[in-house]
Amino acid sequence: MAGLFAPFVAALFAPILVKNFGAKAALVLAIVPGLLFCHYSTMLGEISLGQIITGGVQWVPTLGVNFSWLIDGLSLTFALLISGIGALILIYAGAYLKGHEYLGRFLAFILLFMGAMQGLVLSDSFLMLFVFWELTSITSFLLIGFDHKREAARRAALQALLVTGLGGLSLLAGLIVVWNITGVREMSLLLATGDSLRESPFYLLAFILVLGGAFTKSAQFPLHFWLPNAMEAPTPVSAYLHSATMVKAGVYLLMRLNPVMGDTIPWETVLPLFGTVTLAVGTLLAVRQTDLKLMLAYTTVASLGLLVLLVGIGTEKAIAAATLYLIAHSLFKGALFMIAGAIDYATGTRDITKLGGLRKELPMTFVTGLIAAFSMGGIFPLYGFIAKEEIYYALSDLWPLHAWGLIVVVLANALMFAIAFGVGLKPFVGREIKTPKYAHDGPAGLLLGPIILALAGLAAGLFWTTSHFYFASPTASAVAGEVITITISVVPTINAAFLLSMVTMAFGALAYWKLELLRSRVAQILAAIGWGPNRGFDQFISGTISVAVTVTRATQSGKFQRYMTITFALLDCALLLPMVFAGELPVWPHFPIARLYDWAMVLIAAIGILAVVFAKNRLIAIVSLGIQGFAVAVIYMLYGAPDVSFTQFMVETLSVVILALVMTKLNLSVEDHRLNGERLVDFSIAAAVGIGFTLLLFKVLEGQLDLRIPHYFEKYSTSIAHGRNIVNVILVDFRAVDTLGEIGVVMVAGLAILALIRIRATRNQSAISEGQQD
Amino acid sequence: MQTLIFRTIAPYVCALMILFSIFVCLRGHNEPGGGFIGGLIAVSALALYGISNGVNAVRKGIIVHPMAIAGFGLLWCAMIGLVSLFFNQPFFTGQWVFPEMFGVIVALSTPLFFDIGVYFVVVGAITSIVLELEEDSD
Repeated sequence: MAGLFAPFVAALFAPILVKNFGAKAALVLAIVPGLLFCHYSTMLGEISLGQIITGGVQWVPTLGVNFSWLIDGLSLTFALLISGIGALILIYAGAYLKGHEYLGRFLAFILLFMGAMQGLVLSDSFLMLFVFWELTSITSFLLIGFDHKREAARRAALQALLVTGLGGLSLLAGLIVVWNITGVREMSLLLATGDSLRESPFYLLAFILVLGGAFTKSAQFPLHFWLPNAMEAPTPVSAYLHSATMVKAGVYLLMRLNPVMGDTIPWETVLPLFGTVTLAVGTLLAVRQTDLKLMLAYTTVASLGLLVLLVGIGTEKAIAAATLYLIAHSLFKGALFMIAGAIDYATGTRDITKLGGLRKELPMTFVTGLIAAFSMGGIFPLYGFIAKEEIYYALSDLWPLHAWGLIVVVLANALMFAIAFGVGLKPFVGREIKTPKYAHDGPAGLLLGPIILALAGLAAGLFWTTSHFYFASPTASAVAGEVITITISVVPTINAAFLLSMVTMAFGALAYWKLELLRSRVAQILAAIGWGPNRGFDQFISGTISVAVTVTRATQSGKFQRYMTITFALLDCALLLPMVFAGELPVWPHFPIARLYDWAMVLIAAIGILAVVFAKNRLIAIVSLGIQGFAVAVIYMLYGAPDVSFTQFMVETLSVVILALVMTKLNLSVEDHRLNGERLVDFSIAAAVGIGFTLLLFKVLEGQLDLRIPHYFEKYSTSIAHGRNIVNVILVDFRAVDTLGEIGVVMVAGLAILALIRIRATRNQSAISEGQQD
Repeated sequence: MQTLIFRTIAPYVCALMILFSIFVCLRGHNEPGGGFIGGLIAVSALALYGISNGVNAVRKGIIVHPMAIAGFGLLWCAMIGLVSLFFNQPFFTGQWVFPEMFGVIVALSTPLFFDIGVYFVVVGAITSIVLELEEDSD
């Protein structure tokens, strides 16, 4: 539990540390994820034997909400990737952004994200999962928009937040549906519910909603566009969030839910379909790019598509392949991104057409990049090779089912092979091109991360039995919901998968050779299509805004008179329509009054009202309104409500004073300028309100009053509350909390009115001063 | 409005009204009255003084900004509600003591102090509106 909060606490201290120690603070901060990595490593033995660690505390017991975690093979692999790559990224970021004005803030954001992502994969309760899920979206927003002075960065940040935030809401709805179907709100319990989710009539609804969350987060076509735009973020962010960890959250979710949601027709149709399309689109768009980071970003989209495809197929082999590829991808893609950042740092450009022959200047970067590219290209004996072999096993086993998927995968893998070497080899070989900056190997901090990740990819491939035992097999078992033992060896054997591998490499080498030609062809096709989801997003946003503007213009005229008319007209409808249509008009009540002075007061009130209506001058109307108010106050007095009457007197006095002041302050004209037609409309609305309220009160009087509450107050007012004035005792004792709320409203209303008056006053003043300048 | 007679008498009337407002506020528990009505009376008194002698005289007289008075009152009321927590009773449970002062038993209670807070909120909030409106009109 302390581990769950450690990154957040570290984030709190990051700015102070950077202030005092400069870029070295990153090394100190990297200790936190480093320790977490060690902590999770100690669990490896236990988890690899198929055990599950759960724990937690009750959070809001009355709502049944728990703060609970679940560690199985899947969560542990993710947690290790997050903390391990996180530590390397912190070191890398310290070197990459050394001396940057906001380095402290940046490291704090990275740590916040780390905490959120780690929470996401370890969450057991749905609510926690959702909260952490949203936190990753928010921290991703902060990191993409880190360079907030550039408009492109701001737009990309907002776009990512909107797309993934929308997906988050969809996920929340999905989880609520799942909860309603199964009655559990913990992942560990959900996994034990068996087929109940699949057999539910609401399965499809839950499925679509959960997919909404997973597909936005994992950038599936056609919602993929935010991910390449997110490359506006500094490179450490791209390496960490937008390739190795966050974008895998959607895949994580699908893998997590596979045992209870998978193996159905919608699952096995929709996932492979979207996955295949995303894979194809991602690789084709990747070829189009010349920016190293964008090339990698689009292949990330493609890889995510591949993962979704494999999870969707859902056979034992496919899940094993997905697991292997997931780990391999995090390692090589993280490394390649950091390499791209290191090239950028060293040369001042990321444009592949402006890079070449760097092997002499950047030897370390070159070697590291090459190893990572080997893994991405799926070449013996790296981990990527094992993953790719397993993918081909899984797909060729099913032949001719998913034949299209297989063809796309082979071609896409070939293109990814070409791009891997486009990033990891091409800038280093060939003719030397003069770069904007003097090219040299970056500092150790920049190289440590990619070297470790690239070597990890190599080691995981060479020592495949160990890596399968500790990482891949437990993860695949958790995804499948049953024990899967991955046996694939790094030693190649001649079979269908190996042949496919050969074909891939041949095509890949061809594509690498003709990369320029391919790029211009894809560019031509894209130019012919013109429109893409990215532009669609802009159109959607501007469309939303223009609809909002139109609606606002129509409903908010800014004319007080119009607002009053609408408010009172609606009040009329609310008062009269139900009574008329339900046939519940009250009967004329029996009035108990016969006293002369009662009638006299009613008469005075009536005279006051008539004076208001017929007054030509608004000031007179206001004062006449006071007459009516005082008369009503006297009537209250006569009927034994001194408190109410007292208040009415004061309120009437003050309203006359304030209204008169408002008149003078706002320079309202004394005369009433309404046309006769307008007056008639206003009059009918006002009269209807009066009649409506009268009828309502009559109706209330018809009913039996429940006297228990008055009796209670009468009984206890003096005996408990020591007060004889029941009204006051109710206000300050029995219902004191209400009164507290009311005086809060008085205070806020006062503040609002004050602000309104001042806005008006300053506007007048500025109008005057402008007039003087003219 | 600023005739000599009005200007001369207004301070006395104002003082009397304030005194009366306090009286009304305090007696509220047993007789008609209470913090809300008392507050409104005090507002009228200050408004009257503002009309006769100008807004600045009022602002000087009450020293702090009226909104600060309202804010104090609201905070005060909320704090009064917390008193009962020390006696392990729910929020806003009335607490009573009956000390003897100068030979008279005086009933002191949290509802009484709560009412005084209400008085302050009403005085502060409405006075600030009235003063703001009066300010430019002269």
